[in-house]
Amino acid sequence: MVSGLRAGHGRAEILSGVDLVVEDGALACVLGPSGCGKSTLLRVIAGFHPAAAGRVSLGERTLDDGRSRLPAERRRIGYVPQDGALFPHLTVAGNIGFGLPRGRRREKAAELLALVGLDGLGDRHPHQLSGGQQQRVALARALATEPELLLLDEPFAALDAALRTELRTEVAATLRRAGATAILVTHDQEEALSFADTIAVMRAGRIAQQAAPHELYHAPADAAVAGFLGEANLVPARLDGAKADTAFGSLPLTADAGTARRGVVLLRPRQLSLTADPLPGAVRARVTRSHFRGHDHRVELRPDPQDGLPGSLIAYTDGPWPHDDAYVRAQGLAHPLDESEDTPTAVGS
Amino acid sequence: MSTPHSARSADSPSPLPRWRAAGLLAPLAFAIVAVVASPLAFVVVQAGQAGWDQAQRLLGRPLIATLLWNTATLAAAVTAATAVLGFGAAYLVERTDLPGRRWWTVALVLPLAVPEFVRGYSWVSLFSSVRGYWGAVLVMTCSLYPLVFLPVAATLRRADTAAEEVSRSLGRGPLATLWRVTLPLTRPALAGGALLVSLYLLGEYGAFAMLRFTTFATAIFTQYKLGFDAASAAQLTLVLVALALLLVLLEAGCGRRGRVARRGAVGRRAAAAPLGRWKLPALAALAALVGTAVGVPLYALGYWLVVGSSTTLPSASVLSAALTTLGYAATAALVATAAAVPVALYGWRRGTRLARAAERAAYLTRALPGIAVALSVVHFAIRYAEPVYQQPPLLVAGYVILFFPLALTAVRAALAQVPPGVEEVARSLGTPPLGVLLRVTLPLVLPGLGAAAAMVALTAGTELTATLLLRPTGTQTLATQFWVYTSGLAYGAAAPYAALMTAMSVPPVLLLTRRTLGTNSRTEDSR
Repeated sequence: MVSGLRAGHGRAEILSGVDLVVEDGALACVLGPSGCGKSTLLRVIAGFHPAAAGRVSLGERTLDDGRSRLPAERRRIGYVPQDGALFPHLTVAGNIGFGLPRGRRREKAAELLALVGLDGLGDRHPHQLSGGQQQRVALARALATEPELLLLDEPFAALDAALRTELRTEVAATLRRAGATAILVTHDQEEALSFADTIAVMRAGRIAQQAAPHELYHAPADAAVAGFLGEANLVPARLDGAKADTAFGSLPLTADAGTARRGVVLLRPRQLSLTADPLPGAVRARVTRSHFRGHDHRVELRPDPQDGLPGSLIAYTDGPWPHDDAYVRAQGLAHPLDESEDTPTAVGS
Repeated sequence: MSTPHSARSADSPSPLPRWRAAGLLAPLAFAIVAVVASPLAFVVVQAGQAGWDQAQRLLGRPLIATLLWNTATLAAAVTAATAVLGFGAAYLVERTDLPGRRWWTVALVLPLAVPEFVRGYSWVSLFSSVRGYWGAVLVMTCSLYPLVFLPVAATLRRADTAAEEVSRSLGRGPLATLWRVTLPLTRPALAGGALLVSLYLLGEYGAFAMLRFTTFATAIFTQYKLGFDAASAAQLTLVLVALALLLVLLEAGCGRRGRVARRGAVGRRAAAAPLGRWKLPALAALAALVGTAVGVPLYALGYWLVVGSSTTLPSASVLSAALTTLGYAATAALVATAAAVPVALYGWRRGTRLARAAERAAYLTRALPGIAVALSVVHFAIRYAEPVYQQPPLLVAGYVILFFPLALTAVRAALAQVPPGVEEVARSLGTPPLGVLLRVTLPLVLPGLGAAAAMVALTAGTELTATLLLRPTGTQTLATQFWVYTSGLAYGAAAPYAALMTAMSVPPVLLLTRRTLGTNSRTEDSR
């Protein structure tokens, strides 16, 4: 859908060769830190910002090839911005019916209000709605014209945490029910992982990796992607075929590493567990920090230096750890990462 | 989406080349800016044609030396006086526990509602000794100190008080804090206000003519109107414009430093500094200021209205002059507001350097003294548009060019209230650009456009200098009829016109006050 896309503001290049493919009917997510160009990407796809080079296409249609472009109003692409941007002078029904021919507005608005769970609020004005309700109206308005693609630019960022989770689940369900193809832009990895069928991690104007959420979390392309999706322990290892020899003993790999070489493997904090006894494959470590997070405990440990491990390890445990020292064990699959020059020991978001 | 798009893609429109996708807004905005900034260009062209020899001969004339001395000494005295009065009043109102601060704010701004020539009239008609240099200093200081007061009060209201509190916590007393923290904080506002004051002084004609004080503006007017010496008037105008540009550069140099680093979020209001035993002296000072600046004109108007009515009341001619004024002012307001919309939209939608430059060029005419704008319109008409010379369209054009920055500021303020992204969303819903404008943007800014038009209409309705130069022969507006009467020392007959113009000026002044000091975070001074 998007290939080799370049775009910028003035002389500053913001997108430097973006490739992104979203299957028909899929919910995709572009995940990246603020300033990586993800909003610009969305605006180029929507037609609000010109592409300097590359190509944006939807189905068979070319929308922008860097020389000529289709105006935003002819693209059939819906857009839900961060704050909803409801038309303040129109009622809820007027907002939803904005893109429809006059005759069909009333009936379609009622149908969509039901879809987003706001029956009977059609005569309200936007300022009479809560933030969550406004976002639902913005979604209904975008869906009303039956766009071929829906773009959501951090649509939940302005809401408080509890409402965000609830609305995100609800919107994902609504979009699947409507059979819509959508691209969501966010900097929140939890939002991306729970929302999308496919996630594209964006970094400095490029897509670093595009994959399904589960694959992306457990088998990221490099240390930075691993760290962006959640806390990661990067453990030095000897990679040999399907196995990795680490300080935690021999662990199976997610993918065959080929001929024997030195490398780094990724172990998520959930893959580490603590015991009081020196079992085989356990590494002695000192607990440096521990705090309760509601659903689990996050424990930071400093392993004994002779084990060749990074300076600190992170484990999530179900209960608090009552001692100063622990033996750390690892389980599950280890994912080999290409070693970069300065491998961070424990990276987190 | 679920709809099969294969059928649709057959008749789907082909992409547009880039230049067509960009739309007509930018060329339209540039064309308008070019027209509005044309007096400036005209002045520059004239200066180029005049050449060095002529300029040297001109600057060597003794008249120029007198005018320069008069203008410079007056500007220095009035600017200093307005800076002291404006800052002092703003500090008292915004930072101390003075009783009735909200009331004082309005009272302190009201002098802006009295046109300078009406103020001159009210002093001259009551005290015949108010003349010459000191009379001019007194009258102009009373008229113009709100131009310093307003931006400084706005800065004090919006500035984070943390810096002042930190200064106190570091052991500096209230006076040391005022001198070393608060005053530097307001320096950009002070400099901007002082610039406005001196630009007004350069362009003012009516008040100085009334006070028998000769400045560049009065000399230009006399040369042009009485001596019919257009060439000499044009040369004097060039000197005047050069002075104005010099002032703008000066302000740009000293206003830059010490800009407020943090703005936006309206922080806590400062805890009011207790005045203690200074409360009475402070109240007395403010009362004296307001009494001189508002009380004297009000008394003069009331007095002459009563005395004048005992002689003859030319009510019919007041009505006809008012109608004429209304017609011109309303036309100018409509044209100026309509012209401001594309320029404002362009700057609002596109934050590019080009768009900002276009907007700034439009604001540049604000630095030109009104008399210079009027004269360049006259010269342009004589040279290139002879048929409209001394015809109604010329006066309207003069008003539009003079008050375009005013309209632009007001339209920009209205656009700032439009939630970001609504235009783009409307486009994504399949509405073409013109439809977006008609269905979304214009309905949202309509009240703001009304305010912009009202501002221009009321300000144009009290304009004297350009009106005297550009009006069609025989046409009398409120200001020119007033001028005819006062020139003949018929103070009583002039009073109804002066009262009407003062009343007309009150709403725009209140609007300006609310916009400058109100909740939204814009600090543009638009008069």
